[in-house]
Amino acid sequence: MSNNGINFTPLWNNGPVPGNFYNFPQNQVKSNSIDDFGVQRNSGPITTGTSIVAVRYDKGVIIAGDKLVSYGNLARYHNVDRVFKINEYITLGMSGDYADFQFIKQYIDENILADFSMDDKITLKPKDLFTWLTRILYNRRSRFNPLWLDMVVGGMQTESEPFLGHINVRGRAYTNDVISTGYGTHLALPLLREYSEKGPLDEAKALELVKTCMEVLYYRDCRGYPKYSQANINDKGCTVTDQLVKENWDLALSIKGY
Amino acid sequence: MFRNQYDSDVTVWSPQGRIHQVEYAMEAVKLGSATVGLKSKDYAVLIALKRATSELSAHQQKILRIDDHIGISMAGITADARVLCRYLRQECINHKYSYGRNHPVSRLINTLGLKMQVCTQRYDRRPYGVGLLVAGYDDQGPHIYQTCPSANFYDCRAMAIGARSQSARTYLEKHLNLFKDCDLQELINHGVRALAGTLPNETKLNNQNLSICVVGKDMKFKNFQESELEKYINAEIAGTQPATAESDPSEVGVGGTERQPYVDPPAPLNQPEPRLEDPAVEERRME
Repeated sequence: MSNNGINFTPLWNNGPVPGNFYNFPQNQVKSNSIDDFGVQRNSGPITTGTSIVAVRYDKGVIIAGDKLVSYGNLARYHNVDRVFKINEYITLGMSGDYADFQFIKQYIDENILADFSMDDKITLKPKDLFTWLTRILYNRRSRFNPLWLDMVVGGMQTESEPFLGHINVRGRAYTNDVISTGYGTHLALPLLREYSEKGPLDEAKALELVKTCMEVLYYRDCRGYPKYSQANINDKGCTVTDQLVKENWDLALSIKGY
Repeated sequence: MFRNQYDSDVTVWSPQGRIHQVEYAMEAVKLGSATVGLKSKDYAVLIALKRATSELSAHQQKILRIDDHIGISMAGITADARVLCRYLRQECINHKYSYGRNHPVSRLINTLGLKMQVCTQRYDRRPYGVGLLVAGYDDQGPHIYQTCPSANFYDCRAMAIGARSQSARTYLEKHLNLFKDCDLQELINHGVRALAGTLPNETKLNNQNLSICVVGKDMKFKNFQESELEKYINAEIAGTQPATAESDPSEVGVGGTERQPYVDPPAPLNQPEPRLEDPAVEERRME
């Protein structure tokens, strides 16, 4: 480096050039390939629960879901609850990743316990839980780390006003008279709509309808299971009971050609 | 400089078991103009007397909206009130975002109480120098809460705070049993009458210095416009002697304070307002 015959010693060598980006030698980007998308998360369901079926009738809500948690195609865990009583006013059904659900269930229970501890007669109502879950699921999907859940929230908003809503993996939420998740969207929902669109159902009809749906789902869904739990919530309270699909395979004899 | 040797800091106890700095802060509430809150079974209303710092300035706002279901009125250091107001608004809006419902009033006041308490326990803080009346409506019905610089809060059926508010409290105690079944109009009339008792001499209620807000069943927070105040002022003037025959005097007198007759207290011009209502104040001066 010469200037008018005078040699200047460089002030700085082999280091970051001021004003430019610098990559530390230890931290070289390994690949510049077009297929490299940077950080990726393994976000997909692992142990899963299948469909949930839910109906809002004139005075209450029914939510049903079978008691199987699968590991892929393997029927891994039997007799697992997927339909829950949250408090006197709320029931919750889940499908999707069971671990993600266990994670979120902790927070729901904390919330309910906090309400109880306040002892001020203010309790969570289904719409409140519905909104809250929507916020959490949407937040998680926005961070590209979704909770792989399809949830159905049902219950009594007031003594005479039943509520039924659905939240999916991406925090998309809606309310409706009939809701089904998973494989049930294809198998149960057409059945549910056929009856519900004729006008409001009463409790007996709703129970009958849910029973039919669970039967159909058991026969046709490979991840189905004959044992299912069924929550019924109305102005008289909230109960979750175990039910059994009455199996009849006589039909199988007539199926040929596989 | 100091009134006694135990009031140097909020963290200092007096041997009598009192915290003088907190008690001084309580006095700040009595410097603000009066405000009244009362509720029926469906509505909670706040009525406040606004003051103007000079002939040239507008009247200072006394009632602030927190949310669709909550309003507050203040007495004391208004700047402190606006800090608390911002906090309450933030709490309400966060609750609405998370749960999609209005913040339950009792829980909101609880969190406010916790926030205010911190200032009475740390040497690097001072208590908020403002008293609030909070009117709210939720699933449990209407509420009137009173908060103090001492971070105490009280669930009230009716309350008045601020300068010369004792006469308003006397009025409220006297008519307490009537409020529950009042319609909105009657309830406001009672409130305005109670507030009228706190007016300084030669001051009259007008649409500039009166402020009214309502929350209640099937209605959102409503702050009355100047034009809407006229009828309540007229009702106050017309019915200066409100019906008292309906209330049994033996049933009233709920608070621990001795009742005073409902008359305009003498307030000499150009003199500081009398604030010896609290016997504890006198006591302290004796120390």
